[in-house]
Amino acid sequence: MIQVEGLTKYYDDFCAVDRIDFAIQKGEIIGLLGPNGAGKTTTLRMLTGYFKPTAGQVKIKDFDIHDDIVAIKQLIGYLPESAPLYPGMLVYDYLDYVASIRNLTGNAKAERLRRLVGLCGLQGIMHKTIGELSKGLKQRVGLAHAMMSDPEILILDEPTSGLDPNQIVEIRDIIREIGREKTVILSTHILSEAEATCDRIVIIHQGRIVADDRTENLKQSGGHTRRIHLALQNADPADAIATLTTIDGITAAASASPDTNSILGLTLTCRGIDDPRPAVYAAIKATDWVLVEFVQQTKNLETIFRELTKES
Amino acid sequence: MHQVSHIMGKELKDFFISPIAYIVISVFLLVTGWLFFSTFFVFNQADMRNFFNLLPMTFAFVVPAITMRLFAEELNTGSYETLLTLPVTFGDIILGKFLAGVVFVSAILVPTLVYPVFIAMMGELDWGPVIGGYAGAVMLGAAFTAIGLFASALTRNQIIAFIMGSVICFVLTTMDRMLFFFPTPVLSVVNYLGASSHFQNVAKGIIDSRDILYFLSLVFLGLYAAHLAMQEKK
Repeated sequence: MIQVEGLTKYYDDFCAVDRIDFAIQKGEIIGLLGPNGAGKTTTLRMLTGYFKPTAGQVKIKDFDIHDDIVAIKQLIGYLPESAPLYPGMLVYDYLDYVASIRNLTGNAKAERLRRLVGLCGLQGIMHKTIGELSKGLKQRVGLAHAMMSDPEILILDEPTSGLDPNQIVEIRDIIREIGREKTVILSTHILSEAEATCDRIVIIHQGRIVADDRTENLKQSGGHTRRIHLALQNADPADAIATLTTIDGITAAASASPDTNSILGLTLTCRGIDDPRPAVYAAIKATDWVLVEFVQQTKNLETIFRELTKES
Repeated sequence: MHQVSHIMGKELKDFFISPIAYIVISVFLLVTGWLFFSTFFVFNQADMRNFFNLLPMTFAFVVPAITMRLFAEELNTGSYETLLTLPVTFGDIILGKFLAGVVFVSAILVPTLVYPVFIAMMGELDWGPVIGGYAGAVMLGAAFTAIGLFASALTRNQIIAFIMGSVICFVLTTMDRMLFFFPTPVLSVVNYLGASSHFQNVAKGIIDSRDILYFLSLVFLGLYAAHLAMQEKK
């Protein structure tokens, strides 16, 4: 569906996007992840024809971004970051205008508008000016704008930024609903968001792709080093460390926090393949220590993200 | 082509919604009305020459005030990104905005049609120069709109767009009165480049292809420069 090869963008001397390649299949929901200034927005702007790439190829279906930009724009529905819409226009007027530009007329237009009002929850705000709307409502109008032509590809730049938790859940549901048949690309720096909505995650850092994999795979790849956090009462630090490191599968043990109120915090590092938890529990049971906490910390997306995008 | 008409329709609606348009219309009518009628009874002549003499100068300030928002506002609010990622070309956008500007400039001339009607009631009015004057005013308005559009495409600040636009229009208007600053060999060129004399020709009722060509080239140059300015922003 979308083929990107060697896409590069320079702003004067500053390289915002550095030779990135990826391919997106029909029906995928892709999360473009990265810290601020990583090049997410620039990449999306090049895909939507707002920016001209400095170098590289973008092919969407059979259209080339350099030659058939209008044909590509017809396939794509795009919601820019923070939904910059005309603040002085009425919501209805604006959507009506977008529908006309998208070649919808008469009954088809009325039908489509009705459907989008339902889908994006715009009832009751159609006759307000866009500038009066709260951020969340404005975002929904933007979403309606992007979905006007029922596009094959939906590109959303930070669709949930600035929304409250309820609105985030609503927008996420809408995205997943659309993602059943359509290709969706969304950018975000909120990890739980990408984890919850996307089939595949592409992590960008300093203009380069540092990871590109299915969400499950990405999460599993971090599972090789597992940590167990323990809190023990009534235990002697040196004694406890000595006892626990003898357990098979535990590679290291360290006291995690200075013991306050006679509680000893311990972090055990273990090899990812075998699960040492039963053995740890058995070892503690054999002593007179009191186990007050026993938590396994699997490496989540957040740690992976932080490792990949650490300032080098 | 239908994209041009949609963009034009939207821009026109915006003009009539925003208070700036009404302020500009009021100021234009006040200034032209006052300048015209303050001397009208003194001269005691039933014609509109005085009105059309002053028109290029008022247009040099009024038209850029109308066009200043066309691109600058979009660049400032970021709505330009949503507009450009709709299936439209640069040409559609520029042409749509330009035509909306021309229609609006023509619309502010409509209330001044009372003047000739009023004069015709008081004396014998020769309608030829009046019709020529309005035709010339629309052409001049179109040329200044294209220049204002270019100024607006250069910046995201509407005030800067207004000042740059009116400076260019003002220079074009007053150029043929500044001829003594120029060396003899370039005199005829500078004289040709000034907007006033071309406008006055048309306003006298003389429709000459040279004058029409002059206004058409100004429109083309302005729009093309706006096109280049927008492309540069990518």
